[in-house]
Amino acid sequence: MNEALRDPTAETSSVKRARKTPPKSLEGLSVGLFSIGKTRSPEFLDQVEKRLAERGLKTKRFAKPTNAKTCPPEIMEQVVRECDVVLVGLSD
Amino acid sequence: MLPETGFVIFAKRDCPTCELIEPVLQQLSGTDTCLISQDDPAFPRNVSAVLDDRELEQSWRHNIEFVPTLIRMEKGREVDRTYGWDVREWRRITGQPDLGKGLPEFQPGCGSLSVAPGAAEHLQVRYGESGLKSRKIELGDWDDPIEACFERGWSDGLPVVPPTDVRILRMLSGTKRKPDEIIGRIPPFLPECTVEKVAISAVMAGCKPEYMPLVLAVVETALVPYFSLHGILATTSFGGPIVIVNGPIAKKLGMNWGFNALGQGNRANNTIGRALQLLVRNFGGGRPGEVDRAALGSPGKITFCFAEDETDPTWEPYHVSQGFKREQSAVTLFQGHGVETFHDDKSRTPEQLARSFGMGLNTIGHPRAQKAHAVIVLSPEHYAIFRDGGWGRKQITEALNRYSVRPGKDIIAGADGIPLGIDPGRANEMVPKFAPDGLLIVRAGGPAGLFSGILPGWGSKPAEVGPVTREVRE
Repeated sequence: MNEALRDPTAETSSVKRARKTPPKSLEGLSVGLFSIGKTRSPEFLDQVEKRLAERGLKTKRFAKPTNAKTCPPEIMEQVVRECDVVLVGLSD
Repeated sequence: MLPETGFVIFAKRDCPTCELIEPVLQQLSGTDTCLISQDDPAFPRNVSAVLDDRELEQSWRHNIEFVPTLIRMEKGREVDRTYGWDVREWRRITGQPDLGKGLPEFQPGCGSLSVAPGAAEHLQVRYGESGLKSRKIELGDWDDPIEACFERGWSDGLPVVPPTDVRILRMLSGTKRKPDEIIGRIPPFLPECTVEKVAISAVMAGCKPEYMPLVLAVVETALVPYFSLHGILATTSFGGPIVIVNGPIAKKLGMNWGFNALGQGNRANNTIGRALQLLVRNFGGGRPGEVDRAALGSPGKITFCFAEDETDPTWEPYHVSQGFKREQSAVTLFQGHGVETFHDDKSRTPEQLARSFGMGLNTIGHPRAQKAHAVIVLSPEHYAIFRDGGWGRKQITEALNRYSVRPGKDIIAGADGIPLGIDPGRANEMVPKFAPDGLLIVRAGGPAGLFSGILPGWGSKPAEVGPVTREVRE
């Protein structure tokens, strides 16, 4: 007869949320460009921003203060509030 | 049946005092007295109604510490108790002035089987409430508990010790802190972690209960924001938390700072580091390929924990250099990669060795890489060269920083046809390899070997991320 074990996990279960349907077009939407703080993220996002501007799209820039730590919730909330779609730059 | 009003006596055959007073026990046996035997229901002899307590339930419920123990009950409540054989006490409690005539007046008893080493937690689980809050997971009769842990994803790849109630209660006995005390949020998913969950992790890692104060200190130190436990977990780079222990607790727990200090073989070293890693994996939810994005990782991500050698009085231990007293215990958490080696068996003076060491340090990561931090694990033979030349921690640190400075022209981007490097505008500068205060020097290792270890740091932004040292309170 085995002894029972105790659960070492946080005993949480994830809530599965359906992904937002990607927009058919970026026309008229606010596009967030988010740098995670890696050395060359801004360089990559500058290029993307330029391309989007050429298409007449509105962009907004956001950044984590450092790549070494998680994004402060206030910044994430701001992104959610102000953008329809967001592109995250991971480049080194 | 225990009498509502009367006497209850606990005894065992394997107790010379119980044997001595067997005639007393026989004399007292009757309707208002219940004799309870812990080891042999045929003891005392010629008594028909001995209650068999080989399962120790009654002994545990009555909190028996010694045998014989005599208890007087009144209306279901205990009103008096004595233990061992003290003729005056037994006569007073039983009200029988001639009890034990001819026996010695006093003889101490023996320990109760219910308090034998290891019994307490078993009896607590069997007959009482464990008090544990974590979800109970029942296994099938034929399941192998170690395999069950693997199947649930609770392992770092090596077998874990199955976290049963008995083992968790024993682990919790190693700390005065309450099981439901919250010690912080564990990355990456930041659930609130209790002392109980840390104890479960410590059990699974293979810790002993006496390690608990250090394990708790390790976890709390790793949660200091400057350490960035989330970052070192989520990085694509190699490293993980490296635990360095200073002060009396290292000796008390039998930690290793000598032969093979960074390797296998010592239980405290290896299980304490593993307890933190298992907590991050199982409780925080940080698993390889998920939030743990390491491209290659390193063996140190299973466990990496060692103590500093403080036996040479000429050496200032690392925690003392951080403002702690020698007699304080402290733990340092460092975000480090695996061990890089520095070999030099030719230098004989501090100056030669420091210059040579600087050269070795320059190669870590990449000869052109900037590093915020590194730990130098200085071996006894290398330290002896510095010490015999009159150098201590301060001189060694200054010299290693001095000799790891590179001419900018050698490390600028594009030099020698290699794109990696610093801004070419800095070609005329002398560029330090490390941040100021970026070198942490600790002493460890076996007595022979003219080589030292280098543990390269992870971060490159010392203002944001770096090592943290905290006192260990017992």
